[in-house]
Amino acid sequence: MITIHQLTKQFGPVTAVDRVSLTVNGGELFGFIGPDGAGKTTLLRMVNSLMLPTSGEVSLWGLNPVTDYKQVRTMIGYMPGKFSLYLDLTVEENLQFFASVFGTTVAENYHLIADIYSHIELFKHRKAGQLSGGMKQKLALSCALIHKPRLLILDEPTTGVDAVSRGEFWEMLRKLKHSGITILVSTPYMDEAALCDRVALMQNGNVLQVDTPIGITQGFTRPLFAIRTQHRHEALQSLRGWEYVHKVYPYGETLHYIDHRQGVTVDDIEAYLSVCGIAHQGVQRVAPGIEDRFMELMDG
Amino acid sequence: MKQLQAFIRKEFKHIFRDGLTVLILFVMPIAQLLIFGYVVSTEMRDAHIGILDHARDEATREITRRMAASGYFKIDAMLSSEAQIEPAFRQGRLKMVVVFEPGFSQRLQKDGTASVQLLADASDANTAQLLTGYSNGIIQKFAMEQNVASGAMPSIHTQVRMFYNEALKGVFMSVPGLMAMILMIVSAMMTSISITREKEFGSMEVLLISPLKPWQIIVGKVIPYLLLAFVNILTILSMSYWVFQMPVNGSLALLLGVSTLFTLVALSLGIFISTVASNQMVAMFISMFALMLPTILLSGFIYPIENMPWALQVLSNIMPPKWFIIAIKRIMLQGGGMEYIWKEVLILSGFVVLFITLSVKRFNVRIG
Repeated sequence: MITIHQLTKQFGPVTAVDRVSLTVNGGELFGFIGPDGAGKTTLLRMVNSLMLPTSGEVSLWGLNPVTDYKQVRTMIGYMPGKFSLYLDLTVEENLQFFASVFGTTVAENYHLIADIYSHIELFKHRKAGQLSGGMKQKLALSCALIHKPRLLILDEPTTGVDAVSRGEFWEMLRKLKHSGITILVSTPYMDEAALCDRVALMQNGNVLQVDTPIGITQGFTRPLFAIRTQHRHEALQSLRGWEYVHKVYPYGETLHYIDHRQGVTVDDIEAYLSVCGIAHQGVQRVAPGIEDRFMELMDG
Repeated sequence: MKQLQAFIRKEFKHIFRDGLTVLILFVMPIAQLLIFGYVVSTEMRDAHIGILDHARDEATREITRRMAASGYFKIDAMLSSEAQIEPAFRQGRLKMVVVFEPGFSQRLQKDGTASVQLLADASDANTAQLLTGYSNGIIQKFAMEQNVASGAMPSIHTQVRMFYNEALKGVFMSVPGLMAMILMIVSAMMTSISITREKEFGSMEVLLISPLKPWQIIVGKVIPYLLLAFVNILTILSMSYWVFQMPVNGSLALLLGVSTLFTLVALSLGIFISTVASNQMVAMFISMFALMLPTILLSGFIYPIENMPWALQVLSNIMPPKWFIIAIKRIMLQGGGMEYIWKEVLILSGFVVLFITLSVKRFNVRIG
């Protein structure tokens, strides 16, 4: 079990992580969700012993990353945010290097990575620098797993990776979870939060909420509507000026509109839009996603 | 041990797969050696010289006075016998010795001709040539001013002898400096860049998280470059021996030993730089400005140290290449053994200890 207690990191006047406390259970796939600069990377680096906290504590199954960093480092598999393997070595050479450095061999733990490595094995004589983004991630994950770590820490593993590869990558993480490895993963993509067991929503160094993905969306109680229109800017202006508005913001191709009133209907909103003279291609009541909850929490 | 082996193997792959690295490591030393066959010459001031006066008369005293007054020379020693000349050269105390023949003044008065011998340490070819040139000028001017009884034109015959480098080959003095420079580039710059590259690309984070110990990372980085630097030492020495006919008068083993010691100085300096620099650019700039320029300018490689302002002369003492250049010149040209270079060896060893201590203190097992 991982416990984080009042963990704080300050860089000069900037507080990157601000009194974060939470618990991750063994075998859990735990996500840190938040925009760039939320403090996810700093938090993960304090957990994996690469950074010293300004104050607060981390305990990894009873080990303290500050004092017991040598032991901690033998049980962690870590994938930093940047692709950090050797671009001038081939796929196979990278994997062999990390296996030897961790005192094991590729053959010994092949079963752990077989699922992932099989995707790139065809290219094992290719230099890592010539791989696509998705394949690089798979190689990095294979290298982080080759020594059978107890805890896998992935810092924004899917940033800059195409949608299909992202899907595959998360599929692999779900499978890994079944082999009993605890996984901490950070991501700026809200849609990936739904794939975690539990998530922590982070902003400006603070954890806004920790819950299951379902629990997080359930915290959202106001009526939410998706509005499809060609005139997004005008619609935004008009809706912001409406007396019943709670919040309105662009969401993908649409606008998300949240109303104060509980009993409000699609007709009410369509009526208001036509009064304002804004043409639209449909208004729909929709179920809130994690991003909607996040927008809600961001206002404090 | 297996971990270290894997690390070193990886390091060699980095080196041999990068065309630019291979170029810097193997082609640049040869090109530079060929280019530096010609050396910049400069004016000399306050060169330490000795006088061996067998005559001790008016004329020799006057010539000595004029030489001292010229500003080119500083009379450092009045010698009493020929036997003292070589040891003074080997210790690097004197650059030139002026020998007046017995009865100098009388012979000049009576015969209208007298002899003076100029012996110069030409392991520094430029300096030797400049010094003998200046001296000759002063002596000939003195001769012209003499009123000689015989009425004939008085003449003083100067006989010049260059010690250690009779042919005055510039390459003889540039080889030691060049070795210093190349070992600095290969060892200090390349190591510091290769360590900071890991920091920059983020692979250092993964290495730190791995069970590799800091000393394994450092030794793994150092060994490939130590081996390559040794290849370079052999290349430069064989080229200077066979292409430029540069002698190795002293012990070859001692020469290789001192060169390896200097390589260690440079490597430990490279590691130290990498603990200070956060990325490759910074490491490169520190190497260029903190190492290359002083190596070229302050080590006596191109500009004679005697010629520098007082403050720079003091500064030159903390430049490791200076001591290396002195030591290998003694070995190669003057055939000096350990008893002539123990001081330099001691100083270089001191630098190794200093930089390693600083690096170990500064090596960060964390980031930020």
